[in-house]
Amino acid sequence: MVCRIDVYNMASLDEVDAPTAKQQLDAKNKKLVGKLIWLVVGAILFAFALVPLYNVLCTISGLNGKTNTTAAESANTKVDNTRWVDVQFTTNVMPGLGWNFYPKQSSVRLHPGQIETVIFVAKNTTNEVVVGQAVPSVTPGIAASNLKKIECFCFVRQSLKPGEEKEMPLRFYVSPELPKDVSEMTLSYAFFPAVKLDK
Amino acid sequence: MSTTTVAHHEEHHDHPAGIMRWLTTTNHKDIGTMYLTFSLIMFFVGGSMILAIRAELFQPGLQLLNPEFFNQLIGVHALVMIFAALMPAATGFANWMIPLQIGAPDMALPRLNNWGFWLLPPSAILLTLPFTLALFGIGDGALATGWTFYPPLSVQGGIGVDFAIFAVHLLGISSVLGSINIIVTLFNMRAPGMTLMKMPMFAWGWLITAFLLIATIPVLAGAVTMLLTDRHFGTHFFDAAGGGDPIMFQHLFWFFGHPEVYILLLPVWGFIPQILETFSRKPMYGYKAQVYSLWAIGALAVVVWAHHFFTAGMPVPALLYFMYSTMAISLPLAVLFFCWIKTMWKGSMSFETPMLFAVGWIILFGIGGLTGLVLADVAADAQYHNSYFVVAHFHYTLFAGGIMGIMAGTYYWLPKMTGHMYSEKLGKLHFWLTAISFNLTFIPQFFLGLAGMPRRIPDYALQFAEFNMISSIAAFVLGFSQLLFVYNIVSCARGGKKATDQVWEGAKGLEWTLPSPPPYHSFTEQPTVK
Repeated sequence: MVCRIDVYNMASLDEVDAPTAKQQLDAKNKKLVGKLIWLVVGAILFAFALVPLYNVLCTISGLNGKTNTTAAESANTKVDNTRWVDVQFTTNVMPGLGWNFYPKQSSVRLHPGQIETVIFVAKNTTNEVVVGQAVPSVTPGIAASNLKKIECFCFVRQSLKPGEEKEMPLRFYVSPELPKDVSEMTLSYAFFPAVKLDK
Repeated sequence: MSTTTVAHHEEHHDHPAGIMRWLTTTNHKDIGTMYLTFSLIMFFVGGSMILAIRAELFQPGLQLLNPEFFNQLIGVHALVMIFAALMPAATGFANWMIPLQIGAPDMALPRLNNWGFWLLPPSAILLTLPFTLALFGIGDGALATGWTFYPPLSVQGGIGVDFAIFAVHLLGISSVLGSINIIVTLFNMRAPGMTLMKMPMFAWGWLITAFLLIATIPVLAGAVTMLLTDRHFGTHFFDAAGGGDPIMFQHLFWFFGHPEVYILLLPVWGFIPQILETFSRKPMYGYKAQVYSLWAIGALAVVVWAHHFFTAGMPVPALLYFMYSTMAISLPLAVLFFCWIKTMWKGSMSFETPMLFAVGWIILFGIGGLTGLVLADVAADAQYHNSYFVVAHFHYTLFAGGIMGIMAGTYYWLPKMTGHMYSEKLGKLHFWLTAISFNLTFIPQFFLGLAGMPRRIPDYALQFAEFNMISSIAAFVLGFSQLLFVYNIVSCARGGKKATDQVWEGAKGLEWTLPSPPPYHSFTEQPTVK
């Protein structure tokens, strides 16, 4: 049965009406392919648009603990004496940077609004000039925007001569708008190698 | 009789013989066969990699592999199995069966189809070449980051990462081309009278898969391109020192990675109901409900990605959102499960090999789904994350839910494709060996994970020794019983009992109205569907 229909079909292919139907189909296919290619292009653009979008979302939600990268205003902050916040410090040196890097005190207890200074020490253990960049991150992320840095070694790149040891101050306060349920914060610094200077 | 002669004449007339037939073919059946063969070969390539890993994990301590090589095998095993075994198998069936099921003479874009396939072998070579190069002292081997490419490791890694990035580019282009072809075929080439809501379920599964591929593969391609420019062109997308963020890569990757799970599974969810209705000899239950559920799952798939890295750090509202949206997927999935079971309910069932695989698939895939619900729980996930529990879970979904489903489809359509019946005895033996050794491989891994054994580590603590030993032995049984599968396929392709047109007593649909094997050019005039 089926075979017989097939033969009939093949005969009909050679008839006049078949090519026009095929051309119509080809045109229809081409049109749909065009639309689908736009969808692909859109998806690629979307992938790259996610980069700025992600940063915006992070700023709003404190997703990755990003803090201010330029000096914050220090004036007119009322100190909230009714509560305490513990701020702890951790430091990391990323691979490729031959430095020792640590805070002089591992934590500080303060009132929101109160300005504190903590000294961080970095020492270049290599025999060449090395430039590094510190990148801060705060947990819990939701409180990241409440940690205000007035002066920080992370705002600019730091350059150390061979064997040089440097004390670097961090001046900061925790804004009184800190969410009520946050009483502990961790400020983490990762020191990355920036550019290696030629001798 | 004369009719067959004409068909044969036609067959010899318009395509070259020998190797050129396969290199230049634009015929959907030839391309489908090439996809399926490629997939089967890569299944064994990826499988032998994991057997090397299971041999190392047979005992605690380091015996066979150095840790660096172990890491490379882990990542390449996953990439090979996902991109070179499972995805091409689904595409191969799409090529073979979609035109037959919807009464079309071929795929809509045959040349694109040829190109889509021939991108695959080069990308498989790109993935595995670094292993060989390392033997000659070039580079330090293949990608050693795991298949997920997480920075900063992937930014620091050797040339294996670059090879893998380009392989992913090629694989991505291949799948996007395949998807465009399938969508155009399904929209424009259906037989007159076959409305969208009369399409076979396999066509529906693939239609949604194709849209998911088009929406998410470019995001993966973009993410690995950013990785490439971070590695070689001084950008800082994922480098915190330059203001980038490594966590962002995880978001981009899993925006693709989670839908990818459904890309692998939706085609299977398409043909399993067809197998169930064939061997239950009654119509599929809840066709509409199944179609809507497939769409719901496809839509939810793209908004739940962050549950893959709950522990990376996220605000609580985000955690809750991703937890609830992930759990919401189980609702349409439950609808599908009930439809599958109801299809069999009070049916006149018989248990040929495809049906054995399909029923076993429902149970094992169900375990995969339920353990996924456990992982979706934010509070529980903190313990299970990156443990062997996760490994066992996704092998229940991707080996049982994916590959065993593909095997069901293979046995179901093999007589149609080759014109011969396979050996039912060997098929059943293959099923029981696979199902039992699969469970013996992965059930111990659930407990290892609960006890705290981390994944992707070549060594482990002494208390995990017994369960790892069981798992390793079972994995070797599982691996070697797949040789039965190959033997059965090859001997079926070479000869055997002639298959009838309908093959299975309860089989319905246009593909079963054609002779077995179907002529080289089928449905040159489209049938009309009532």
